[in-house]
Amino acid sequence: MKRILAILVEDRPGVLTRVAGLFSRRGYNIQNIAVGRTMEPGISRMTVSVEADPLTVEQIVKQLNKLVNVIKVSDLTEETSVERELMLLKVKAETSKRSDIQQMVTTFRGKIIDVSPDSMIVEVTGDDDKLNAFLLMMQEFGLREVVSTGKISLLRGGKVTRDARM
Amino acid sequence: MTRLNGAQMVLACLQEENVDVVFGFPGGAVLTLYDEIYKKGLHHILTRHEQGAVHAADGYARVSGKPGVVIATSGPGATNLVTGIATAYMDSVPLVAITGQVARPFIGTDAFQEADITGITLPITKHNFLVKSIEEIPWTFKKAFHVANTGRKGPVLIDLPKDVQVEEGFFSYPSKVDITGYRPTYEGHMGQISKAVSAIKKAAQPVIYSGGGVVSSGAHQELMEFSNKTSIPVTTTLTGLGSVPSNYELYLGMPGMHGTYAANHALDECDLLIAVGVRFDDRVTGKLDTFARQARIIHIDIDPAEIGKNIVPEIPIVGDVKLVLREMIKRVKPADITAWNEKVQQWKTAYPLCYDQKPDCSLKPQLVIEEFNRLTGGTAIFTTDVGQHQMWAAHYCQLKAPRRFISSGGLGTMGFGFPAAIGAQVAFPEQTVVCIAGDGSFQMNSQELATAVYYNLPVKIAIINNQCLGMVRQWQKFFYGGRYSHSSMAGSPDFVRLAEAYGAKGLRVLTPGEAAPAIQEALSIPGPVLIDFQVDPEENVLPMVAPNTSIVEMIGGDGY
Repeated sequence: MKRILAILVEDRPGVLTRVAGLFSRRGYNIQNIAVGRTMEPGISRMTVSVEADPLTVEQIVKQLNKLVNVIKVSDLTEETSVERELMLLKVKAETSKRSDIQQMVTTFRGKIIDVSPDSMIVEVTGDDDKLNAFLLMMQEFGLREVVSTGKISLLRGGKVTRDARM
Repeated sequence: MTRLNGAQMVLACLQEENVDVVFGFPGGAVLTLYDEIYKKGLHHILTRHEQGAVHAADGYARVSGKPGVVIATSGPGATNLVTGIATAYMDSVPLVAITGQVARPFIGTDAFQEADITGITLPITKHNFLVKSIEEIPWTFKKAFHVANTGRKGPVLIDLPKDVQVEEGFFSYPSKVDITGYRPTYEGHMGQISKAVSAIKKAAQPVIYSGGGVVSSGAHQELMEFSNKTSIPVTTTLTGLGSVPSNYELYLGMPGMHGTYAANHALDECDLLIAVGVRFDDRVTGKLDTFARQARIIHIDIDPAEIGKNIVPEIPIVGDVKLVLREMIKRVKPADITAWNEKVQQWKTAYPLCYDQKPDCSLKPQLVIEEFNRLTGGTAIFTTDVGQHQMWAAHYCQLKAPRRFISSGGLGTMGFGFPAAIGAQVAFPEQTVVCIAGDGSFQMNSQELATAVYYNLPVKIAIINNQCLGMVRQWQKFFYGGRYSHSSMAGSPDFVRLAEAYGAKGLRVLTPGEAAPAIQEALSIPGPVLIDFQVDPEENVLPMVAPNTSIVEMIGGDGY
């Protein structure tokens, strides 16, 4: 089963290695990871997607909590959350195909952010399903390069994964 | 506030942490630190190999309950600590390892004697630090000792660049430590404790399975009280040996691969398993899905990650086993388990550990251990290496207290026993320390004879010499068609002469009759003595459970 974990960590050198190392040595596979800042200075948030059964996820969470630099681990799968990933795609864009591409980008609420004589760079944001669907459509035009940020996620409603006073 | 250089600060930190001895080996990246050790006269034990130093610090920690401290230089000095750190990590031993590192501008340049030791030890330390500036020294040490010696204990490494040792700054040691991401749970959840208490009340065939957690928490008295009050029989793992006295009526011996008949059958037939400070290691459980299959399981441990790692308990209790047991003792209402105890006692009497020592035949290794027991009156500290002799020692050492049987359980490190004995002897200079070693294991750290002789540490080394890697040979005999691939130790030195070359006393025992007099002589000598016991090379450790089978499928379990 697919799980999304939000891991709050101290922003110190080597913390990503500690987290990633823990996954690899205990035999868990990271499908997707995004690391970035939070509203608190000195604290970063890692969003990690894993495919594992509930017992394994429980063990992953417990092992992560044992890392001294890890402040809190939340399993966002249990609750309703919004998830987003940003993707940049460089698509082959001969003059004849440009309007088709533009139409598709508009449908997916993406943006064209660079144009050159034979290609375009498109930016699109969304969850897995949307990005996969968009990727499929763009393949028809011919993809030259794709890069994505990794998934980030927040709980819906007023609830937060960490009380600011903590 | 006083102005100190980095090396002086390290010594000040060690003083603040009440460190009375360190084990180590100098080198280029710790010269400034060693210069301060020289000036301050810190009690330092110089070993002949960094691995010897880290095992000695580990042995010191295991017998004293205080964190062991080891110092090594950068690069090879640091990497030589790796086995010892992993050994301490697997058995949850509090250790602080201080390594020198190349100067900060050289880090990452493949400089002479540079190794990324924080990277290397990431998976085998509880935590580690690379000190980037002198300001970090006081709180790094404060945190290191705190993390090493609280919660589930373990090794912490501090990597200290050469130039940070020289740099100067103002020193003030923090009085408190608070680490947001590290707050162990000590008090057990009262609701869970109540559930455990009611499960005990309903149980007809309960058994206590206790381990190293009881020793590191100092909960042996609570364990005894709990067992006494409830009449529940106890089995202790290798790292838990001594938590209850070996001669305690309700003690069943060690469980698992080389467990006793009574312990393994009690685990197999119990209807309630009370697991205290254990981690359901494969050497104990055998095939997991056959382990304690009819039992409700209570699992008490300070490490939440141990709960449900190998076995999912019905009643998990996260907390310090000492505090949890105290609460349970207050509340528990003993059930009548007389019939079960009669059954268990009957197993104990019908299937004791045994061996066959005929007077005129070759010496049996088990007799050596029994003679050591007898002649030390059960007061000795035993350390072991790893292999057959380790299991015989676990079977036959008669222990009256915890922290008296020191052995590498989780990692199974050959070469551990002798340096650990040195550390134990440093911690308790007046006590008898006996290292039970194999002829194979001993050669992995025999260079430490120099350390024992130089510091006149009167460790008694008993080499159970069967001229082979006995446990490897035993597996080859049982599971590999008797093809003894590279398990012979032919070509080993004359151990008596080896001891004498280092200036220790060496004795040799060839027959059963010579064992006791030789041990007596060794005990009467006020310095290190090595006894080479030439034992029957064909002897196997029995009973034995083949790996990944049920622990009641015992080879030689029912008398042989």
